[in-house]
Amino acid sequence: MPDMTTTTAGTNKVLPSTHFYVREHHPEQGTLLGFWLYLMSDCLIFASLFATYAVLGQSFAGGPSGKEIFELPLVALNTGFLLISSITYGFAMLEMQRKRVNATLLWLAVTGLLGAGFIGLELYEFTHLINEGYGPQRSGFLTAFFALVGTHGLHVTFGIIWLITLMIQVKRFGLTTENGRRLMCLSMFWHFLDVVWIGVFTFVYLMGVL
Amino acid sequence: MQDNTDLTTLIFGRLTWESIPYHEPILVATFIAVAIGGIAVLGAMTYYKFWGTLWRDWITSIDHKKIGIMYVILGLVMLLRGFADALMMRGQQAMAFGESTGYLPPEHYDQIFTAHGVIMIFFVAMPLVTGLMNYIVPLQIGARDVAFPFLNNFSFWMTTFGAMLTMISLFIGEFAKTGWLAYPPLSGILGSPGVGVDYYIWSLQIAGIGTLLSGVNLIVTIVKMRAPGMSLMKMPVFTWTALCTNVLIVAAFPVLTAVLGMLSMDRMLGTHFFTNDMGGNMMMYVNLIWIWGHPEVYILILPAFGIFSEVVATFCRKRLFGYTSMVYATVVITILSYLVWLHHFFTMGSGASVNSFFGITTMIISIPTGAKIFNWLFTMYRGRIRFELPMMWTISFMITFVIGGMTGVLLAVPSADFVLHNSLFLIAHFHNVIIGGVLFGMFAGINFWFPKAFGFKLDTYWGKWSFWLWTIGFYVAFMPLYVLGLMGVTRRLSQFADPSLQIWFQVAAFGAVLILGGILTFIIQLVVSFRRREALKDVTGDPWEGRTLEWSTSSPPPEYNFAFTPVVHDTDAWADMKKHGYERPKDNFVPIHMPKNTGAGFILAAMSFVCGFALIWHMWPLAWLSFGAIVISAIVHTFNYNRDYHIPVEEVVRVEDERTRLLDGYA
Ligand code: HEM
Ligand SMILES: [Cu+2]
Repeated sequence: MPDMTTTTAGTNKVLPSTHFYVREHHPEQGTLLGFWLYLMSDCLIFASLFATYAVLGQSFAGGPSGKEIFELPLVALNTGFLLISSITYGFAMLEMQRKRVNATLLWLAVTGLLGAGFIGLELYEFTHLINEGYGPQRSGFLTAFFALVGTHGLHVTFGIIWLITLMIQVKRFGLTTENGRRLMCLSMFWHFLDVVWIGVFTFVYLMGVL
Repeated sequence: MQDNTDLTTLIFGRLTWESIPYHEPILVATFIAVAIGGIAVLGAMTYYKFWGTLWRDWITSIDHKKIGIMYVILGLVMLLRGFADALMMRGQQAMAFGESTGYLPPEHYDQIFTAHGVIMIFFVAMPLVTGLMNYIVPLQIGARDVAFPFLNNFSFWMTTFGAMLTMISLFIGEFAKTGWLAYPPLSGILGSPGVGVDYYIWSLQIAGIGTLLSGVNLIVTIVKMRAPGMSLMKMPVFTWTALCTNVLIVAAFPVLTAVLGMLSMDRMLGTHFFTNDMGGNMMMYVNLIWIWGHPEVYILILPAFGIFSEVVATFCRKRLFGYTSMVYATVVITILSYLVWLHHFFTMGSGASVNSFFGITTMIISIPTGAKIFNWLFTMYRGRIRFELPMMWTISFMITFVIGGMTGVLLAVPSADFVLHNSLFLIAHFHNVIIGGVLFGMFAGINFWFPKAFGFKLDTYWGKWSFWLWTIGFYVAFMPLYVLGLMGVTRRLSQFADPSLQIWFQVAAFGAVLILGGILTFIIQLVVSFRRREALKDVTGDPWEGRTLEWSTSSPPPEYNFAFTPVVHDTDAWADMKKHGYERPKDNFVPIHMPKNTGAGFILAAMSFVCGFALIWHMWPLAWLSFGAIVISAIVHTFNYNRDYHIPVEEVVRVEDERTRLLDGYA
């Protein structure tokens, strides 16, 4: 019992009280860590959807299989859009470091357009499938497919809305510390969606047509 | 005429006058009572001109202490509702034998057990746990607030509006009849075409967002905002358990969000995640929901373990025995809690190897848990124990929880579980650990930290009544259920054929009445304490000779918690400071940087409530409208860059001088 021994040994010596406090203390900024944690939680939503796809991916219920409906060239183009948009976002961040507002905005705009192109192609793919009668209600496989790809698409859509908001804010208030932090968060979000997409591309499309 | 009804369905969806249960006498009586009570409260608030204060100082407050208190109030209020449900079930089961069918028709009874389970877990246990963490963690680590104060306010309101959505299902429509985890296919659109399951889904989705965000918030708070010198292994045990709990929240709640999202898509869009046909797989639902569900029970119990650790050390006037092993045990439990979910459905038929794996991992969890029990025992051994209320709750917990833990290990044996699954034995087991563990922990915590939050102690006389009634009531109410379960009685039954069982249910009902006494005396304890607050006053801020930093500041703490940030040299920082003759600084104060209040969290959560309600009733235009409003207000909120201010130094000096005067007067 360390407590008792020290007490009886009489080490109760008085230390200066300043030993026990600091007058001013600024805790570290936690936004980036917090946002990263949020991303990890989001990652778990995708993990659940991937798991669901793994379970339902072969339940065609007499409907089509992935091989019959996936159009790889289209998806490859789509993947290209998203991967390049990650690079352009990187350029935006580099310009931000150099404090060049207009160049930052330009690259953000390019990123947003690529994202919009991605969403456009995805919507095209979805409407096409639904018109063929292969909507999410057709089979367990299609349910899981639409849920996984659609959730990713929704994330990208929100990313674009957020990107536009940030562009307005950067324009209005400049590249302040706070806006820099926000751009960092969106950057993590954007790259994260890219990583998830690589999973979708491999796991759903490539392995589907294999 | 035709156009008219079309327009009505477009706007009101499935909601019609028929959805209001005015033909159910029990509900009408409840509604009248609630309405009268509500009007009385609103009237009193208007009379005492409380609305302004309520909005400025509470609803929009981003002070972690006020939010913590509001969480606890939410939990206690919802306890009354959840317990009312329990009493109704106990009454029904005690009388519905042989010829008698009791007073509750089955479709009503089914809603009651579902609502009881959902409310008790999500809106009683969770808010109590989150509330105490919110209040205590920043104080224990020497911080001035949490990392994201606005988010904290938003989280609280999401939880509250989730609870409100569950509550209004009582008077508008119905609640789920599926049991608290809403397994498909029963919860699918064919099994449950009504709005009950939708109420269930959207209440939990809304509250779940709040829980997840508060988890992120507290992790960042603990990781980034500890006082200088407080390394991880110098953190108080309660903070450690809070850290692990919030890690579990962040790692578990997204799965709940995902699985409920899938269930609602099955219901709204006709997809086939969990349907019987077209390639759906309902066992996937059961797997996913328990991947969230098992960690959830540890989310609830770990903070309770933390509270007991603080209480035992304080009331035995000793350092906690085996601090390091306590921390490691907590971390091990955190990890293991992800490897056991299948023990909730051994009967699914995964085969002997899978069942054995999950049976063994489950049994392994009892090792770190047992280590904790021994640590508390060894802390008490040769300690100078003071039998104050928090300590009494702790001892009652230790005995009760060990019983619950042992029946849990019994259930972990797959072959035994084949017999006990879905029986009243299981009901007895989890109430044993949840009431004996979580709830007793919350009562220990409330009795322990109440003086910190309000500046006066809770009355001991009524506290002891409440303590004994709860403890004895628990045993009388739940031990018969073990017996019944062993005799093969299954859960969720509203009527029974075998009259020889009736006596056990009557004993259990009597136990529930004792618990009612425990709840009433707790309320009396609060009222009496408030009236005797001068006599019970805590002037020093350290009424129990505490050991951790929350006791180093005044009771209640100033808005900024600490005028100067403490520097930590020992696990029991405040005990260490006292031992070395620390004296409170009395001058040279500086202005303090603090976040500003905002109504944005409340407004966003209120709109989420509207959106949830619209989705439940298929009021599509309203749903889109409110969803758009949420997005736009969230964006508008981000245009507000001016979110903090400085408490002027004069104000700090005034507050601190007042405390100096108080302390001098006391000495
Ligand atoms: C305070 C005294 C309590 C009493 C008298 C009580 C009583 C009951 C009863 C009679 C049932 C139904 C058993 C059956 O299916 O036959 C039940 C179910 C349940 N209770 Fe409690 N309960 C209490 C407290 C709690 C607490 C504190 C929690 C959790 C924090 C809780 C969580 C649950 C859950 C999750 C269910 C399962 C609901 C379902 O079947 O879906 N109960 N309780
Ligand atoms: Cu479990």
